[in-house]
Amino acid sequence: MDFALTDEQRLLQESVGRLFADHYAFGARNRYRQEPEGWSHSMWQRYADLGLLGLPFDESHGGSAGGPVETMIVMEALGRALVLEPYLATVVLAGGLLRLGASDAMRVDLLPKIASGDLILGFAHAERQARYHLSDIAVGARRDGSGYVIDGAKSLVLHGDSANKFVISARLGGGQHDRDGVGLFLVDAAAPGLSTRGYATVDGLRAAELALTGVRVDEGSVIGPPGAAFPLIERAVDMTIAALAAEAVGAMAAMHELTVDYMKTRKQFGVAIGGFQVLQHRAADMLVALEQARSMAMLATMMAPEDDVHERRQAISAAKVQIGRSGRFIGQQAIQIHGGIGMTMEYSVGHYFKRVTAIDTLFGDADYHLGLLAESGGLVAA
Amino acid sequence: MDLRFTPEEIAFRDEVRVFMREALPDAIRAKLIEGRRLVKDDLVVWQRILNTKGWAVPHWPTEWGGTGWSPVQIYLFRDEMQQAPAPEPLPFGVSMVGPVIIAFGNETQKKRYLPSIANLDEWWCQGFSEPGAGSDLASLKTTAKRDGGDYIVNGQKTWTTLAQYADWIFCLVRTDPAAKKQQGISFLLIDMKTPGITVRPIQTIDGGHEVNEVFFDEVRVPAENLVGEENKGWDYAKFLLGNERTGIARIGISKARIRRLKQLAALEQAGGRPLIADERFRCKIAAVEVELKALEMTQLRVVAAERTRNSNKPDPASSILKIKGSEIQQTISELLLEVIGPYALPDPIPHDDGERWNEPPIGPDWAGPLAPQYFNMRKTSIYGGSNEIQKNIIAKAILGL
Repeated sequence: MDFALTDEQRLLQESVGRLFADHYAFGARNRYRQEPEGWSHSMWQRYADLGLLGLPFDESHGGSAGGPVETMIVMEALGRALVLEPYLATVVLAGGLLRLGASDAMRVDLLPKIASGDLILGFAHAERQARYHLSDIAVGARRDGSGYVIDGAKSLVLHGDSANKFVISARLGGGQHDRDGVGLFLVDAAAPGLSTRGYATVDGLRAAELALTGVRVDEGSVIGPPGAAFPLIERAVDMTIAALAAEAVGAMAAMHELTVDYMKTRKQFGVAIGGFQVLQHRAADMLVALEQARSMAMLATMMAPEDDVHERRQAISAAKVQIGRSGRFIGQQAIQIHGGIGMTMEYSVGHYFKRVTAIDTLFGDADYHLGLLAESGGLVAA
Repeated sequence: MDLRFTPEEIAFRDEVRVFMREALPDAIRAKLIEGRRLVKDDLVVWQRILNTKGWAVPHWPTEWGGTGWSPVQIYLFRDEMQQAPAPEPLPFGVSMVGPVIIAFGNETQKKRYLPSIANLDEWWCQGFSEPGAGSDLASLKTTAKRDGGDYIVNGQKTWTTLAQYADWIFCLVRTDPAAKKQQGISFLLIDMKTPGITVRPIQTIDGGHEVNEVFFDEVRVPAENLVGEENKGWDYAKFLLGNERTGIARIGISKARIRRLKQLAALEQAGGRPLIADERFRCKIAAVEVELKALEMTQLRVVAAERTRNSNKPDPASSILKIKGSEIQQTISELLLEVIGPYALPDPIPHDDGERWNEPPIGPDWAGPLAPQYFNMRKTSIYGGSNEIQKNIIAKAILGL
């Protein structure tokens, strides 16, 4: 039992910390958001140069074979800097699906391109009716000669308007909610029959709706076992939730620090408002919520690679509950303590608040995961 | 970063678990599971079983009976003991005055007091709070005036837990009335049999008798019973209170209480099915389980950090453990109240000696102790430095406000 980082991990933490301190001040972020795709290609290249884009991939695939702890370190830094780039979508989520489920040929082809910054990926999975139910998939894939034809609509594809390729989930068999019968396919963004409608999300990031009309893919585009890819999706999503938990902790810590600093400098009634006990206790409550969230982000990180699916899913759900609740509390209080300035677009705290709000809605909110946890018997065996 | 315990730590945990299963008397275990009150003898019996095993005071230096365990081992030991569930050793001796005597007492005092604390041959209570000195402890007024080889103690202590059984009381007393608040306080050991001491019970809202008032009227205490230096008592008290908070999360106890909660929720019927099948109730349990898991991880982070930090000073993070640990205990006690529904209503039948919870209850067998326990648990956010005081500590020591 050990919570310390290795020397290499500390080095990684320092270098990403420096990168964002140098290049991702709040003003710079606003400029990146104005770029054509809503994020910075020059930053993306810096991530590649620093080895961040290949972090979880094998050395033979242009990566550095980092584990969940390395991802946690990077994601926490991303959260602190409110990073706009498609790191989660490309490296963690779709990259995770390829890393865990793609054929050797596909991995050799694609993972080095992700690592070098030349390939942006999106995971097209969610659908309008599915809410948070991961196995609710109506988009269908039917066999056609040696390949497949995919029809239907995908929604809320993170950074889908920037993606060069998509990993798309589609149903090959079974009922709409079944875990069985799910397949994953790699589809080029320019594939005939695929149209993309991009839009901004409330947190300043990007997403897209996808319409698929008779989209053809060949045999070589299949990822994981056709019809039995759901466990792979679950694994990649669990890793993504762990990564999001770390990002949320970064954002919460930044909000808490901003708030405490503000309390030390903002004067009313002739004194710094940090001298008022009612606000001191609020800041203490925020710290308790932050540390509880940090603890659960660490738990999620360490449990993400766990092979026992029941144990893993319980820990991930518990972490998502804690992250959602802590994020909401810290975000709301950070705005409240800042007062009017916290309500303005020109000040950073509100943007952190919006990011943690967005994170709660990704891959199941706190209530949804609480329900899953309760359903599965809870954490303490009776 | 690694969540797993080492094979040695797992072997240690298993050894403790087996010991708890085999050595803990069934009658004591049953009382704790059901939430019934322990009597003095239960604690004495258990402490002596621990002492025979050599596990009475694991955190003390080895020369005084400590085990030399790592912080992780001490954590595992406590967790297993709480989950058994076994009684927690009376804290006033082993966790409070014992460590103070070890750190600041002289050799004579160590030889005189430590062995009898470890074996619970002598029962200690804590004389800190006064009617006018609760959270503002340093405003205490009980005085000790030097008179030849003695101190003469006058004043009143209150909220003195289990003083009705106590052989000794350790007291904060004012030895220099002219000095500033925190200065001028001394740490004195007082024999409860000394003439001039009166103990008066205070009945708490759960109907129990845990706490007392202790009055001192011209009580003559030998000067050799002073711990450390005169007028330095406040430093020793801060040391003691810091120690008190590190073990205060009570995660193992909360796990055992949740286990009980789930068992009772499976037994209680609601609308023709077990209460545990009710999604809303299950979600309430799951919510507190998440909080508890997070707290357990936070506690483990503090334990892991203990290995590297100079651990003579308490980690301010222990305030987080106190706040969250007490809130969780209270939430579980709420759910244990809710689990019996209307059978929270009958007041458990009083008994001559105040052992109210040991009578057969009205309604289900398990109902009796649960409402009193809910009332009793309100104390957890008050004692050990109230949660508001903990937030003051966080604001000052961690946030720099």
